[in-house]
Amino acid sequence: MKARIKFSKTGSMRFIGHLDVMRYFQKAFLRASIKMSYSQGFSPHPIMSFTSPLGIGLSSDAEYMDIMLEESNSADIMINRINAVMNDEIQVKDFSFIKDSAKPSMSALSACDYLIAAKPEGSGKLLDKKFIKKHLDEFIMQDKIEILKKTKKSEKIIDIRKNIYHISDNIVDFEKMTGQNYGKLCINQECLPILYCTLTAGSVINIKPELVLEAFCNYSGIAYNLFSYQIHRLEMYADLNGELVTMANYNVISELGGL
Amino acid sequence: MRKLALSDEILLSVEKPARYIGGEINMVVKNPADVAIRFCMCFPDVYEIGMSHLGIQILYDMFNQRDDIYCERVYSPWPDLDRIMRRENIPLFALESQQPIKDFDFLGITLQYEMCYTNVLQVLDLSGITLNAADRTKDEPFVIGGGPCAYNPEPIADFFDLFYIGEGETVYYELMDRYKEWKASGQDRLSFLKTAAQIHGIYVPQFYKVLYNKDGTLAEFKPVISVAPVTVIKQVETKMSETYYPKKPLVPYIKVTQDRVVLEIQRGCIRGCRFCQAGMIYRPIRPRSLDFLKKYAKTMLEATGHNEITLSSLSSSDYKELPELVYWLIDKFHDKNINIALPSLRIDAFALDVMSKVQDVRKSSLTFAPEAGTQRMRNVINKGLTEEEILNGAMDAFRGGWNRVKLYFMLGLPSETYDDIEGIAILSDKIARKYYTIPKEERNGKVSIVTSTSIFVPKPFTPFQWASMNTKEEAAQKRDFLLSKVREQLNAKSIKYNCHDADVSELEGVFARGDRKLCNVIRQAYESGCMYDAWTEYFDYEKWLKAFKDNNIDTAFYTKRERAEDELFPWDFIDIGVTKKFMFNEYLNSKAEIVTPNCREKCAGCGAAKFNCGVCIENRS
Repeated sequence: MKARIKFSKTGSMRFIGHLDVMRYFQKAFLRASIKMSYSQGFSPHPIMSFTSPLGIGLSSDAEYMDIMLEESNSADIMINRINAVMNDEIQVKDFSFIKDSAKPSMSALSACDYLIAAKPEGSGKLLDKKFIKKHLDEFIMQDKIEILKKTKKSEKIIDIRKNIYHISDNIVDFEKMTGQNYGKLCINQECLPILYCTLTAGSVINIKPELVLEAFCNYSGIAYNLFSYQIHRLEMYADLNGELVTMANYNVISELGGL
Repeated sequence: MRKLALSDEILLSVEKPARYIGGEINMVVKNPADVAIRFCMCFPDVYEIGMSHLGIQILYDMFNQRDDIYCERVYSPWPDLDRIMRRENIPLFALESQQPIKDFDFLGITLQYEMCYTNVLQVLDLSGITLNAADRTKDEPFVIGGGPCAYNPEPIADFFDLFYIGEGETVYYELMDRYKEWKASGQDRLSFLKTAAQIHGIYVPQFYKVLYNKDGTLAEFKPVISVAPVTVIKQVETKMSETYYPKKPLVPYIKVTQDRVVLEIQRGCIRGCRFCQAGMIYRPIRPRSLDFLKKYAKTMLEATGHNEITLSSLSSSDYKELPELVYWLIDKFHDKNINIALPSLRIDAFALDVMSKVQDVRKSSLTFAPEAGTQRMRNVINKGLTEEEILNGAMDAFRGGWNRVKLYFMLGLPSETYDDIEGIAILSDKIARKYYTIPKEERNGKVSIVTSTSIFVPKPFTPFQWASMNTKEEAAQKRDFLLSKVREQLNAKSIKYNCHDADVSELEGVFARGDRKLCNVIRQAYESGCMYDAWTEYFDYEKWLKAFKDNNIDTAFYTKRERAEDELFPWDFIDIGVTKKFMFNEYLNSKAEIVTPNCREKCAGCGAAKFNCGVCIENRS
């Protein structure tokens, strides 16, 4: 059966790359004696995939992984069994069963929510709430928000305005915009929230929150130093008939019996 | 949330930050304030190498079983972080608590190969520990060395307070108890060292004085205080099935060299190859019981979630119950998608059967280590592997579908002739010819032979400790000769020849049989920037040459010179059980090309029987 797992990643685990997180989960399932399904062939490997790899240094409350299992139990029992063998900086938060026919969540991804926060070691003007509010209102009123996007192969100026679905300087407004309740976040509590945003994600266009932050810094005339900020993923969405639904609710079947 | 020693900015700007964060699965967590002794275990190389070392996992588990000790770990920071730590004055820290090593009671460094010596100095230096042990102040950690290179600790004697000679399972607890008493007593640093020197297996270099002859050889090596023993006896774990072994080994986040459960099936070797140091210093062979191994295999796989298990020992085929153990592992775990990684086995029907069960025949290769190309040369080195055995093993494997063979040889063995070297090419070709005796329709494509040579380095505590080592010019000449001979063979196109770097081997040769005069050379090389000498991309031969020159050291004195029978060696103060007399007799046997039977065929009276364990008592009672 196919399961979708939502997990958090924080603290020192921010420095573990996604391939290593995959190996980490494989070992965790073996420790928890949960039977994974393996690919065929002489060197079989567990069938699992991440919805969207998280960059090194970022933290998250909402990473998703799809995995094929040979057997399972109720979601609560599965969450407890897995978390019992994990470290407390990667914890499973949700476990659901998805249709076997569901296409990989990786290809369904269409947006992500992020929090951009200032690390305690000084971020100057961005710690000034009034300053942020004033500039943010003007920033988002622009018709175009242009920024230089650098990849390994090329550099080009792109307009990211239409890829910013929501942006806010406070959680209350942001929750109203997205209709989510994020609860207590597992971001380093010493970091001070600056911006919340929902951005286009996926294999066609993927807007990194760093780009929005850089554009905002450029616009408000302050120096941009990536190391001063903690970027934290809050949620991932798929597009269901034009509506954004969280990955935890996308192609999910409510009960095991529904298979 | 764990507080890390390095800032996010630093961690995000170095390669593989996971090397420095600790927090691995099964890491032991204690409050440093609650323990009496803080011990930091160090493997002086990069994390991925150090984390793969079984010895540290054993001792980590052993120390942490005691509530009054917290054993943590440190590895060499990679040069990228090394630069940042120096620039920003960040002290080297232990992975567990992320706290500076300078505040620890002990820093234990395992010495697995000579080329790590500058990394030892890097670790001391970055920790802020005084490099020369004799100059350390009372509150600095005691630096203790162990592992195979501790069997000749002299080239690095200045940098260590203590060396532990032998296997860690035996007297560490006693050393820790004496330390606690010393700490409570408030006495000075020397008084602890005096106490430690009286524990069997502990060597305190500053209590010994070395006098040299005019020609540079040792005239005298003597303790300068009465409590330091004249001879330090190697420590041996005699009860291999009742001793410490980790039930919950650490599981790293990043891929390390040995990313699997390691099961040490036995310690020691019966073979007595005359070039092999491990074969002498770990005598006598001591197998662990089958029950012990089964129990630990299961426990460790469950506790780690590793999807692979491997067996570790010197000559695994000599473990009597190997078939039973391997078939049990396959039976129990292969269906659960747990790989069984085989050690190199003597190629016989059992090995081929097991290999065909656990490996992809098309992708795996056969490995033979004949070490020498002719039977004459194999008799000289006492390698009991005949050409017939190699060819028959290869033929059986070829019939089973294998078509890839790896061969390991040494160049520069004592008494080697150019015929012996050519023999390497001829043997490689004979194996290829065997393959083509199989009818074409039954063959699995072309045969591929990879022939590798390393350069023989005479090691202390081997019958070849008296022998001359080839210069790098001689080695290069031999390598070129062998390459030309490989090219002359009928199947030259199927044979690929690899050779080891001669500059590094020369240095290994100097340090392996070196003395205290080399401490200054190593220190100067380090201070001029040498580090990670075992890594080709960082090895800087020119800096080493300068360090030797500035200190008036002629490397040929250590490498080229054949020693006289009665020469006093820098390591002679260590008693490994195997006697110098036995080793010299073996040296004479090698010259006469006489083979000595292995321990199970016939006891050769090497001296290891005094430990009263293992193969030495197998057929008694």
